[in-house]
Amino acid sequence: MTRGERANLGLGLAFTSPWLIGFLAFCLYPLLCSLYYSCCDYSVLSTPVFIGLQNYRNLAVDALFWQSVCNTLFFAAVAIPLGLVVSLVLALLLNCKIPGRGIFRTIFFLPSLVPMVCLGALWQWMLNGQLGLVNNALAPLFRLVNGLLGTHLTPPDWLQDEHYAKWGVIFTVLWGVGNAVVIYLAGLQDVPRYLYEAADIDGASAWQKTWHITLPVLSPVIYFNTVMGLIGSFQVFAIPYVMTGGTDGPGRSLLFVTTYLFQNAFDYWNMGYACAIGVILFLIIFGLTIVATKLSQKHVYYAGK
Amino acid sequence: MSNSLKTKVVVLLCIAAFLALIFYQPRPAETGKITLQYWEKWNGFEADAMRAVVDDFNSSQDRIHVEYTSVSNLDRKLMLATAGGVPPDVAGIYGQLLPVYAENNALTPLDALAAKYQIKRENYINVFWDMCFYRDHLWAMPTTPGSLALIWNKKMFRDAGLDPDQPPRSIAELESFNERLTRHAPDGSLIAMGHLPTEPGWFPSTWGLWFGGQFWNGKDKITVDSPENIAAYQWIQSYPQRFGADKILAFRDSFGNFASAQNAFFTGRVAMILQGPWIYNFIKNYAPADFEWGVAAFPSVDPSRLKDVTWVQSDAIVIPHGARHPEASFEFIKYVESQAEMEKLCLGQRKFSPLRATSPDFYKNNPNPHIAEFEALARSSNAHITPQLTIWNQCDDAFGNAVTQISTGNQTAEEALSEIQAREQDEFDRRLSRWNRLAPTLTAEWNQP
Repeated sequence: MTRGERANLGLGLAFTSPWLIGFLAFCLYPLLCSLYYSCCDYSVLSTPVFIGLQNYRNLAVDALFWQSVCNTLFFAAVAIPLGLVVSLVLALLLNCKIPGRGIFRTIFFLPSLVPMVCLGALWQWMLNGQLGLVNNALAPLFRLVNGLLGTHLTPPDWLQDEHYAKWGVIFTVLWGVGNAVVIYLAGLQDVPRYLYEAADIDGASAWQKTWHITLPVLSPVIYFNTVMGLIGSFQVFAIPYVMTGGTDGPGRSLLFVTTYLFQNAFDYWNMGYACAIGVILFLIIFGLTIVATKLSQKHVYYAGK
Repeated sequence: MSNSLKTKVVVLLCIAAFLALIFYQPRPAETGKITLQYWEKWNGFEADAMRAVVDDFNSSQDRIHVEYTSVSNLDRKLMLATAGGVPPDVAGIYGQLLPVYAENNALTPLDALAAKYQIKRENYINVFWDMCFYRDHLWAMPTTPGSLALIWNKKMFRDAGLDPDQPPRSIAELESFNERLTRHAPDGSLIAMGHLPTEPGWFPSTWGLWFGGQFWNGKDKITVDSPENIAAYQWIQSYPQRFGADKILAFRDSFGNFASAQNAFFTGRVAMILQGPWIYNFIKNYAPADFEWGVAAFPSVDPSRLKDVTWVQSDAIVIPHGARHPEASFEFIKYVESQAEMEKLCLGQRKFSPLRATSPDFYKNNPNPHIAEFEALARSSNAHITPQLTIWNQCDDAFGNAVTQISTGNQTAEEALSEIQAREQDEFDRRLSRWNRLAPTLTAEWNQP
């Protein structure tokens, strides 16, 4: 390394030092600490006592932990593909040259500006079984079905019925897909016009153009949104926490891994146990991201490659 | 100076300025006074009541000054601040958290200071002093207390042909009143109920008390699945069985928030509820002006054996571990605990006083017309404090979930309670072994003069 290169390196490090220091102090250090504390009996104030893998052994037989994992997996398995499809379809529609396109784009983006706590509080009432707007809108449909089939079906009590509570949260989260839509829209602007022109000359239909041109070119963006959705879904916390008033929901149906982690860390002061849950959550997200990366290698198209 | 050197100097200066901006804290002006930081969990009028006492203290002398801050989610922030070595000097927490805080060494024991300032058990209603005592040490002083009682809507009683001044005395009587007060719409849905344990359902873990049940044996065994507790939760289970789980769910969905004019109790949807003296504030703010209510001991399964059963709570004032001025902090606490200031505080919060002695004016001036009934319950020999368990938070959460499961017909009382029993006994055993490990060090520290 020449003197000039060394000077450049020093300058570069100096300029990036605020981020580097922040990362080391507020990300890497807590990450390593939580890894250590996950092997300790630790209640925040008492001195951590090393207990090996006991916390992990306890987790393995903790029915509530497994329930939280199942709830989170169900939520992720539904919310990620649903969010992906809805945001992609919205982006494709909002990319059409229609009058008032800017207004529509703004309208669909607006909900994602609402803070999560407000979103949770708002949808708590929207999904109220008796007074909520959602069931108000569904009531005529149920009346029609009941009239036709002679049944006595009623709209679900979203947040009080354990079979529907997770769906209630999924709809709420779906309301904030605006961010993903904007990212897709940005990606859509990068699709080369000449590809569409060539397809037009070949007589391709709108669907063929979407399937064979738009989606392949957009695939890196889809991959990005999928990974972000994966991380976001496994970290879902604020919305169900607000919607249930800090509880686990009916029949613990809204006990997610993050909720259980938070309860153990800050309600029960089992910080070591909470750290172990955090480590497991990290491993799940890390593993699934690797799987997503491997699966996407064949299907993601990078123009620069 | 070369250009690259200049750039380096500029960059370093920028970093230094950035760090200085982050870490600079102006020094407080020297006044010669000891300044105490007091964190209080309340906001609104309850916080104002304590603020008035703090103001009195500050103007009463010139040696100590108390800075009063209302802090949200104090129970979490106080523990973390104490762990971080920057606790306030004094804090107002919920009394039921004392075992968790004490066993985590987050508090300063007050035995020596209380003895020095002649503060004794005899000055207090027994349960409130006992609540502050844990593992042979005194950790707090009680401030504003409460007791749970049956609150009933007199108009609903009158409309149902019941004597509005005669509340039920036993569970059997409560259920016969319930039959009279419950009304159905032609389609079978519920319009009003005499009693519904889940409305408002704030105390899901307490129901066993009115059936003679206890939560633990006081030493090492959880007794959640005792026959008395099972009987209590079978009574809860009888509600979905008698009225229909779906109908109750739909009925509850039609209620507004507790702190609103649409509260089920104020709107004549539920006639009898389990609540404490704070209900007065909600009635004053949200109930119709002509709302008539009564207060009595909540009925027990056997009133001859279980008379005036109640569950009591109290706020507590503590000195966190590592506080800089424990002696000055206790001087402030002693001031708060004086009869005149305690009555001012409790009047401000519309509660009764935890002190044994109260001035005649206290009841006269208290806007809560039923304050004496609540206080009498706290003095009962069947008044119970929250079990002094470090696993109380998770137990309470588990009971909340159990009541939901039982009320929706998803679990029987036996299933729900045996689940809690197994889980919480395991957790309790773990905490006990942690305590046994820490006890020698902690007790030695606590016993230091």
